[in-house]
Amino acid sequence: MFELGPAEWQAIEVTFKLCLYTTIILLFLATPIAWWLSKGRSHTRTVVQAIVALPLVLPPTVLGFYLLVILGPRGLVGETLENMGLHHLAFSFEGILIGSVLYSMPFAVQPLTEAFNNLGRRPVEVASSLGAGVVDRFCTVILPLTRGGFLVAATLTFAHTLGEFGVILMLGGSIPGETKVLSVLIYDHAEGMNYAGAHSLSLMLLIFAFLTLFVVYSINRRFEVAKL
Amino acid sequence: MTLQIEVRLRYGKGFELRVDNEFSLQGVTALFGRSGCGKTTLLRIIAGLERVQGATVRFGDRYWQQGSDFVPLHKRRIGLVFQEHSLLPHLSVRSNLLYGYTRTPEALRRLHPPDVTGMLGINDLLERRIDQLSGGQRQRVSLGRALLISPQLLLLDEPLAALDTQTKREIMPFLSRMAAQSGVPIIMVSHAPDEVQRLADRVAFISEGQIQSVEALHEALARPNSPLFDDVGAASVLEGNLGEAGEDGMRLFGPPGTQLWVSDMQQMPGQQASRLRILARDVSLSLDDPHRISIQNHLPVTIERIDPAHNNRIVVACRTADQQLLLAEVTPRAVSQLGLVAGLELFALIKSVALLA
Repeated sequence: MFELGPAEWQAIEVTFKLCLYTTIILLFLATPIAWWLSKGRSHTRTVVQAIVALPLVLPPTVLGFYLLVILGPRGLVGETLENMGLHHLAFSFEGILIGSVLYSMPFAVQPLTEAFNNLGRRPVEVASSLGAGVVDRFCTVILPLTRGGFLVAATLTFAHTLGEFGVILMLGGSIPGETKVLSVLIYDHAEGMNYAGAHSLSLMLLIFAFLTLFVVYSINRRFEVAKL
Repeated sequence: MTLQIEVRLRYGKGFELRVDNEFSLQGVTALFGRSGCGKTTLLRIIAGLERVQGATVRFGDRYWQQGSDFVPLHKRRIGLVFQEHSLLPHLSVRSNLLYGYTRTPEALRRLHPPDVTGMLGINDLLERRIDQLSGGQRQRVSLGRALLISPQLLLLDEPLAALDTQTKREIMPFLSRMAAQSGVPIIMVSHAPDEVQRLADRVAFISEGQIQSVEALHEALARPNSPLFDDVGAASVLEGNLGEAGEDGMRLFGPPGTQLWVSDMQQMPGQQASRLRILARDVSLSLDDPHRISIQNHLPVTIERIDPAHNNRIVVACRTADQQLLLAEVTPRAVSQLGLVAGLELFALIKSVALLA
């Protein structure tokens, strides 16, 4: 049942690459956003918070559709890229990577915001008074004291990207080795009545998702950080 | 060394902080006032934790904030000690102490770990985790950590407020020893008169967002109805040296002619205490020197001033032989019966004294 052919391995590779890159990019992107969000309450912050959380409630096809329009050859970004002699981003790995980053954004930003809120301002103030600059404070105080939040953010982002389907199908289509990820391959198998193939991949994803959540909740308990 | 601060800040419901003062920083300066008067905000502005538009903060000849120039806290070399414990929980006591020390350029280090840990009595705690310390130990480590950056200025935000009475009593001697020995100017926020009387050399009275006045502690204690007399009534602070303890545990305090016996409780070994706090209600006045009486401390004094009656009580300000001010609280009836007037020489009988530091 678990015999994987070259098509399956190719999809696993694309999926893993997509998840890994998305997680790395989001950790860098979400940290400053979450830090800023945790620093106070203002209307601008509420607006940003709502925008970040949009993928939680929006049908993925809506996000995928707008991205297709913007990143495609006639879109604002896509056309600019074409004019510069580059390729537009629809139906490409870079395109679905951008889609994944936006789609998984709340899963990175929310645990980090919560962790920074719990941290409070005191440890950071103390570190500044002891002569630590911005980068120093981040590495020696903020990071060690909120590492639970970072672990949760990274795990959830990775797992959520793994489960992505609608955005990728809209924006990336189903190009083997480029945009055909596991969830799309499962869809293809089921469409083609290859139930055995769909089953083995589905079971893999199911087990992986369970393990991920198990890890997240263990971290949560250990570090008493944000619950989702 | 002086501190100049000029700031206007509106916040909350009609609250406005309006300060334009310059005062000397030698020794310990207390920012004294009720909760919500703006004293902690003022401290945070001095530290650079709040950046208020248009404010000016000058320390000596160095502008920490002026116009659009702003020196961030990590470049000001200010030691901060907060009300609640603020040790970094992921580091041991030793790493907490060294966090600032290792970030202080070698040429600027004046205080070193062995001296500081010895002074604060924390040598035995160095390997402990933070959650294995008591409240008092945590505050001592916080003080040590702040001292080890060899700060130009120490800012203490109600460092004793979160501690119980017993722990407060335990920390107080360390604080005053630190103030005396480190040579670092200290600004301390407090709403507790006894802390101010014990530690401060100078008091900045703050109310409704303004510094009403900055006075030497002795001036502040000499005026009638001083805000420092809030909870236990008028009190005086006498300064002097402490003698060796006798067999009965009593020690002599002060120069010959104005000597007092004080009991040697909770005193640190070898310490020459410098302050006694005497509540006016513990001082009686007598026209002659009684001998057959249990009160041990009789001082010859001269009446300097008799304040108006307040709640059927009159505070009589007296000078001791060594020109220190001692306040006695008596009834209007006693004043008229004994014929008390300014200039009269008589004896002050002191029922109890509290050794401060």
